Amino acid sequence: MSTTTERAIPSAGPDMPHLLDQDVVIAGDDSKGATGAQAIEPTHSPRGKAESGTPPPATGLVAGADLQREVEQFLYRQAELLDDKHWQAWMDCFADDGIYWMPARPEQTDWDGTPSIFIEDKLLMEVRKGRVTHPNAWSQAPLWETNHIVSHVAIEEATKHHVVVRSRFHMMELRRDSIRHFGGRYRHTLVRSHDGVLKIKLQRVDLFNAQAPFDYVIQIWV
Amino acid sequence: MTTDPAIDVARLVEPDRVHKRVYTDQQIFDREMERIFERVWVYCGHESQIPNAGDYVAVTIGRQPMVMVRAADRTIHVLYNRCPHRGVQVIGNLQGNTGAALVCSYHAWSFHLDGTVRAIPLAKGYEGTRMNKSNPDCNLKPAARVDSYRGFVFTSLSPDGPTLLEFLGEAKVAFDDMCDRSPLGEVEIVPVCHRVIQHSNWKFFMENQLDALHPSVTHQSTGIAATRVERRLKEQNGAAPLHYHMLSAFASNFEQWDSVQTINYPQGHGILKAYMGLRPQDKDTLEYEALLKKAYGEQKAEEYLSRSIHHVLVYPYLSVQSPLQQLRCLRPISPDKTLSEIWHFRLKGAPEVIYRRSLWYYNLVNSPATMINADDLENWTKGQWGLQSDGGDWVSFHRHYGDDRVENGVAYSNHGTSEIVMRSQFAAWSRYMQSPPGRPKATAPPRGADAEGGLGANKEVA
Repeated sequence: MSTTTERAIPSAGPDMPHLLDQDVVIAGDDSKGATGAQAIEPTHSPRGKAESGTPPPATGLVAGADLQREVEQFLYRQAELLDDKHWQAWMDCFADDGIYWMPARPEQTDWDGTPSIFIEDKLLMEVRKGRVTHPNAWSQAPLWETNHIVSHVAIEEATKHHVVVRSRFHMMELRRDSIRHFGGRYRHTLVRSHDGVLKIKLQRVDLFNAQAPFDYVIQIWV
Repeated sequence: MTTDPAIDVARLVEPDRVHKRVYTDQQIFDREMERIFERVWVYCGHESQIPNAGDYVAVTIGRQPMVMVRAADRTIHVLYNRCPHRGVQVIGNLQGNTGAALVCSYHAWSFHLDGTVRAIPLAKGYEGTRMNKSNPDCNLKPAARVDSYRGFVFTSLSPDGPTLLEFLGEAKVAFDDMCDRSPLGEVEIVPVCHRVIQHSNWKFFMENQLDALHPSVTHQSTGIAATRVERRLKEQNGAAPLHYHMLSAFASNFEQWDSVQTINYPQGHGILKAYMGLRPQDKDTLEYEALLKKAYGEQKAEEYLSRSIHHVLVYPYLSVQSPLQQLRCLRPISPDKTLSEIWHFRLKGAPEVIYRRSLWYYNLVNSPATMINADDLENWTKGQWGLQSDGGDWVSFHRHYGDDRVENGVAYSNHGTSEIVMRSQFAAWSRYMQSPPGRPKATAPPRGADAEGGLGANKEVA
């Protein structure tokens, strides 16, 4: 039985030469200690530092009303950019080493080595943007719109250059004649660039129904 | 459930085309469930999903809610998820551990992990009735047959028919190829299952998996976008991460895809050859390959590493990307609705970096934010809608009809884009559908039966 298989598979015909080419080289150096989420942001759990059933820390206006308002406006803007399909402007909200991450499960603490729904740096964001704006991205042909609501904005920690903020979102999506709902929580690690602008270093998105069946898929960032 | 005896499969499936009804008709769907999905060996899950006694996963086989459970003696049982008392589902979760017994939440009938009845409350109440503990009707009904191959568990709801290995035939290479790439010869489950609903008949997916004509059309947007970034990275750094290649390969042109070969087996199974640059020559890969050579010897390891597979299809429900240790399993819901379950496995004993490399494919191609299948799903949805049209009754599979090489009932395409894939699948479909329950047909037709089998090789189009 197995001998037949082994004979039949490798020898049965031509392969696509360019797919078999050997010039594929792996980039990246895995030897540099912390990787993935740990390298970006050591504490990035969706529930802050709360563990083993303790409630999330009360935050209040830990950072003062001005920063609270600035961060809220920042979060509203990035949601608005998505709803208005300003993909490049949305990507520009990220720091150069910024990461957009939607884990498959809420208990995940790192994307390195665990399945994610999204795990994209700015280069992969560029691929996704390039895809959805290509004239022959067939799945983009039907009308679709989204509408985000962002709320419960709670700053967990803030320094001069670094803000950790959690929030909740609800997104409705219209595609053709169907409406879908996506809800969940954001946890943003923001950094202040040298010109004083807030940028996203890590946007963690915990979709509350991430492990339920997806009716169709998600094409763009939530 | 029996279905409309008037369905005349022979009139719906011709060697080079099929009637649209086979994708849209509820009666046909019911018969598919009865004669195919509730009869053939269907994938339940992997042994590593239920390592401990009492571990279970719920799984739907055809229309039947079942539960796969590990007993204390390590045996695996597949049981109908239905209490014999009043018919309530005994397991309500997708997965978990049920302890030493399965207990019905309604009236506390309890069952051993092999499904036999354990205790009935106030059992005296059944004295003098025909429902008593010695009656097998008091057990959770077991699946007719359960078997596994290299850790992958299958069940057949039919007591008769081919064995699991006979059913799998050459398609068992899907599991061999996955496991042989581990120095220990085993894989284990990554405990995340992505589930995506397809708004289309299950056959769309099965046809699409070996359809080499579609990628450069369907996936051009992603392929081109990835190519652009990959090229820039190579110019800047001399190299690009492998996952750009995984996406950019979809942008290959028609001629390149046409040069790939499909192998089509009489059971409807099939293989699309070629892999996507999975043998880069970096340090990690070389270390991994050295491990395989140590485990299997130079010659065997080379044979395992050079197997040319993109997808293996186990008809009618499984698509395995064995070089990447990923599989997609279909659970049809209705003629126009299909659930796909998407899994990833780890190669036991292989370096972590090898797992993480294939994880990129799982994340970018197989996740619910896929940059590839988004466009496939759109096609299949529109396909399902198009088939409602009176603009035509037939679906054409004429491409390279009569131009494939058939040996011993196995059809090898001379052109990767030959629609032999669909012709072969429908030949198997017809045999299943025309074989009433109780008389299971051997999965393989007689040697040289390709004319009757409808493969249409070496013949003129009528």
